[in-house]
Amino acid sequence: MSAPAPTAEHARDLLREMVRIRRFEERCVELYSASKIRGFLHLYIGEEAVAVGAMQALAPGDAVVATYREHGHALARGVPSDCVMAEMFGRVEGCSGGRGGSMHLFHAPLRFYGGNAIVGGGLPPAVGLALADRMRGADTVTACFFGEGAVAEGEFHESMNLAALWRLPVLFLCENNLYAMGTALERSESETQLTLKAASYEMPAWSVDGMDVLAVEDAVRRAAVSVRAGGGPSFLELRTYRFRAHSMYDPELYRAKEEVERWKQEDPIERLVAAVGDLSADDLDAVESEVAAELDAAVAAAEAGSLEPASDLTRHVTYEGALA
Amino acid sequence: MTYRDAMREALRDALRRDERVFLMGEDVGRYGGCFGVSKGLLDEFGPERVRDTPLSESAFVGAGIGAAMGGMRPVVEIMTVNFSLLALDQIVNNAATLTHMSGGQLAIPLVIRMTTGAGRQLAAQHSHSLEGWYAHIPGLRILTPATLEDARGMLWPALCDPNPVLIFEHGALYNMEGELPEEPPEVDIESAMVRRPGDDVSLITYGGTLWKALAAADELAGEGISAEVLDLRVLRPLDDAALEASVTKTHRAVIVDEGWRSGSLSAEVAARLTERCFYDLDAPVERVCSEEVPVPYAKHLEEEALPQVDDIVTAAMRTVRGQVPQAAEAGRV
Ligand SMILES: Cc1ncc(C[n+]2csc(CCOP(=O)(O)OP(=O)(O)O)c2C)c(N)n1
Repeated sequence: MSAPAPTAEHARDLLREMVRIRRFEERCVELYSASKIRGFLHLYIGEEAVAVGAMQALAPGDAVVATYREHGHALARGVPSDCVMAEMFGRVEGCSGGRGGSMHLFHAPLRFYGGNAIVGGGLPPAVGLALADRMRGADTVTACFFGEGAVAEGEFHESMNLAALWRLPVLFLCENNLYAMGTALERSESETQLTLKAASYEMPAWSVDGMDVLAVEDAVRRAAVSVRAGGGPSFLELRTYRFRAHSMYDPELYRAKEEVERWKQEDPIERLVAAVGDLSADDLDAVESEVAAELDAAVAAAEAGSLEPASDLTRHVTYEGALA
Repeated sequence: MTYRDAMREALRDALRRDERVFLMGEDVGRYGGCFGVSKGLLDEFGPERVRDTPLSESAFVGAGIGAAMGGMRPVVEIMTVNFSLLALDQIVNNAATLTHMSGGQLAIPLVIRMTTGAGRQLAAQHSHSLEGWYAHIPGLRILTPATLEDARGMLWPALCDPNPVLIFEHGALYNMEGELPEEPPEVDIESAMVRRPGDDVSLITYGGTLWKALAAADELAGEGISAEVLDLRVLRPLDDAALEASVTKTHRAVIVDEGWRSGSLSAEVAARLTERCFYDLDAPVERVCSEEVPVPYAKHLEEEALPQVDDIVTAAMRTVRGQVPQAAEAGRV
């Protein structure tokens, strides 16, 4: 089943979003080397088609829960790049006020609920967000992204079961990049066919080529329609690959260079360009220069951003606003 | 009316007052709650608002967090504190951190209720008192209702708090009888409360041991010792002013805590007293805690392991009559 051909404009949007994420993270690597960014830095490079494709299928009021590898999700969901970059710098202008950093990007108005650095830890709250939406009578869905490593956690199974039992509008989006840090899926799972696990919870489940942004968009769109209509949760396995190390401290002893090179032939950006014949060299140049200008501005703003006064240290331990 | 009834009234009242309030947990519906607290609420409010969950502490506590972020006012019941350990990730890594990690963007108006404590011959895995552990965590508010008024009154202000609140109900209290006025008094979830005023020694406690401390104060009165009993009520944040006020008056303190002594809430209170009231103290601070052993099944051993009225009386007498603390004497931990 192949995805419908996109309009030229849509193809260009998809391309720009993937390039934005790729270039954003390349800047982050440079800034990390320059010690402007610290902490853990988990790159999404190679996996951009998943977040970009999936976000196309979401409506404005939908909720998103992601993991510590979520720069791409935040950007693709519309969190402005200057807020994300400022967060990387620990600036008060950051999307989490500098309290979260790379692994904890939040944006309440966009219903972007992080940024969870506990493997599997985002799934139970995603189920709860969906429960709240359903109880409030909203027709929104909650998109919950997690890696295949999370499938071994109890929280995955508890959450899948609860969401299915209560027929809650959750889209479980499993980014299978084959490795959880250095542990290959077949070295951690007795059953490596992940859709079977979802099927055991009576949940519709598909496996999708996660290097094909059009296929991802199409699959998530179809799943979202059914979830939104009250059909209960769905599970998608997005088969993808991370081109870079797990984080900045990973000598990559667990995989062969040839394997990485082979997967780079599947680069989602190149595949989109190849799939959509009418993206011209001019188009590509224009996208690159738009993105470069945006990121120049984001880095400059982050550099110029301010540090929260240390006297504010104990703020935000409790909520300072009033409840509605 | 019992403590259990008071708690049920509090739930019923909250469910009536605000349609965003709902209760979920294991066996809260058809079974009526493992301690009978929610009996009848399913019939009254229906399965959408009184939700039986699977045995998935992590998922339903986490779902409570998500639902709170999503605009609801969930009350999550965990059968007992012992099982809350399966939800520690959600409580400590999510409920307590999301407001902060988001730079203050997210409110988590969630209440988690659970039973705590020993004394019913349930052996080691059903007898923990870990509320002091949770009181270690910034971002959580920890309540320990010990009276009918507090059982009835603490839930609503807890639901109005934009932050996660954990309510610990001591299992030995559910059958406690008492009276409540038709219009129940409003209570706060900030302050400690003097349950019995006195001049010679402060008995500082909370939850299930409040009643043992009050019984000890009666006995001490027979010995001519006037003991003040301070009910902490809120373990986090602690009411430092109330601690200070009581101890600067009595100059002596006995802390009674069903948790273990090492690294405990009693240790925290003792440390605060030395920080704040050192020069007002006329005797070393005493602690009456559980013995450092998993709580045993056999009745005589369980009783030996837990703080008892006699232990409190003895400790108070030592602080007043100036003897060496027994713990130091015996070289116990
Ligand atoms: C509960 C928990 N255990 C261990 C870790 C350490 N850890 C961080 S990322 C990771 C691998 C997770 O792999 P996966 O879920 O496949 O996501 P990916 O990193 O590949 O995107 C591990 C083990 C953690 N953060 N949380």
